[in-house]
Amino acid sequence: MKFLCITCDEAMVFSERQEPGDGTFAAGFTCPKCGHAIALLANPMETQLVGALGVKIGGRELDQAPMEFVRSKMLGQDGAFAEEPPSTDSGQRTADSALAAKPRWSPEATARLDRVPNFVRGMVKKIYTEYAAERRIAEITPEVMDRARSELGLEGM
Amino acid sequence: MSFRTYFDVPDADRSGLGNQIAEQRRRVAQRLASVRRVVLVMSGKGGVGKSFLTAALARAMAGRMRGGVGVLDADLRSPTVARLLGANGPLTVTDDGVQPAVGVDGIKVMSTEFLLGEGRPLEWRGPAQERFVSRGSLEVGTLREFLSDVLWGELDMLFIDLPPGADGAVELGGLIPNLTGALAVTIPSEESRASVSRTMRAAREGGIRLLGVIENMSGYRCDGCDTARPLFSGNAGAELAGEFRVDLLGRVPFSPSGDLGAPNLGDAVLKALA
Repeated sequence: MKFLCITCDEAMVFSERQEPGDGTFAAGFTCPKCGHAIALLANPMETQLVGALGVKIGGRELDQAPMEFVRSKMLGQDGAFAEEPPSTDSGQRTADSALAAKPRWSPEATARLDRVPNFVRGMVKKIYTEYAAERRIAEITPEVMDRARSELGLEGM
Repeated sequence: MSFRTYFDVPDADRSGLGNQIAEQRRRVAQRLASVRRVVLVMSGKGGVGKSFLTAALARAMAGRMRGGVGVLDADLRSPTVARLLGANGPLTVTDDGVQPAVGVDGIKVMSTEFLLGEGRPLEWRGPAQERFVSRGSLEVGTLREFLSDVLWGELDMLFIDLPPGADGAVELGGLIPNLTGALAVTIPSEESRASVSRTMRAAREGGIRLLGVIENMSGYRCDGCDTARPLFSGNAGAELAGEFRVDLLGRVPFSPSGDLGAPNLGDAVLKALA
């Protein structure tokens, strides 16, 4: 999918993705020449059709989590998945250094995470944590979660 | 107004939806590379005991193959194989994938049985309106992840228990690069023959090797006089085998006790695979 600024005859550049949580999807594109910006707005059915393919408009930011599609699309029972406890490092990294590399979760973000259905919670936590770690964000707050959700296209998470 | 179209614009397609789909297929191929044989168990008709036979075949093979046997329950809406094999959740998630449940005889199992709430139907997130439009894609995406994201490990044989219907084998077969072939299950009746014939034809025309036919519920054994009596009129197993020039691998009598033992089937299937 490409967008063309007809006035400039330039391919527009993908700028951002938004999933406001109402089942719809938005993607922003900007013309690199004249700066004209447009938004692609998809209704819930269109959003669902694209989502059902397991693809991300604008490209994938993070590696796919195990069973990401199933866990994000299916209404499953709590307790269906058990997250494997983190393995203890036997190499040079100590437990302290491993912890130091991981972002903290603010109480507000933790409370919000607790509201995520158990079926997907472990995966969602991992995705937010990786998002923050890759951007060297020290603390995950609800604002960081909103940004990640928008950038990564995490509908309903 | 005239303007350039998709192929006229050389700039990269950042979404790369085609590449994302290709990556999904690569993940399936990578995961299944350690599985020696992938066999579909199919039928055109519901209620022929396909899941029961899949479980019986898995047990028969587990006793003959030392490399391990797995069962993927592709009947997402009516999963039954996990219970037949005594496999239970929860499923453990690791960084690399999801550990399958393990049932009797060490058989690895993946099924929506572990994911759906007790008595709950298969349901999807998001607005239910017009859901039928995307349901097919959602189910294919689920099966794709059952193949690619389950830590199947080294297996001699992975059985895939397909839901009733003529097109499932071809759709799923297209996802599996190392598909060995398909076994067709029927009951003796003419109605079943007609239905399973359609499924077998669809599979063959889709490039899937037909391994043989198994006729289930081929009569019952009278407890009192120990004679075998027919349950249905018809001879669908032999007729389908003749029509498609494959072997009738076995006739399995109805078992009121639900006994999964079908040891002779294991030998017949191994012969078909040879």
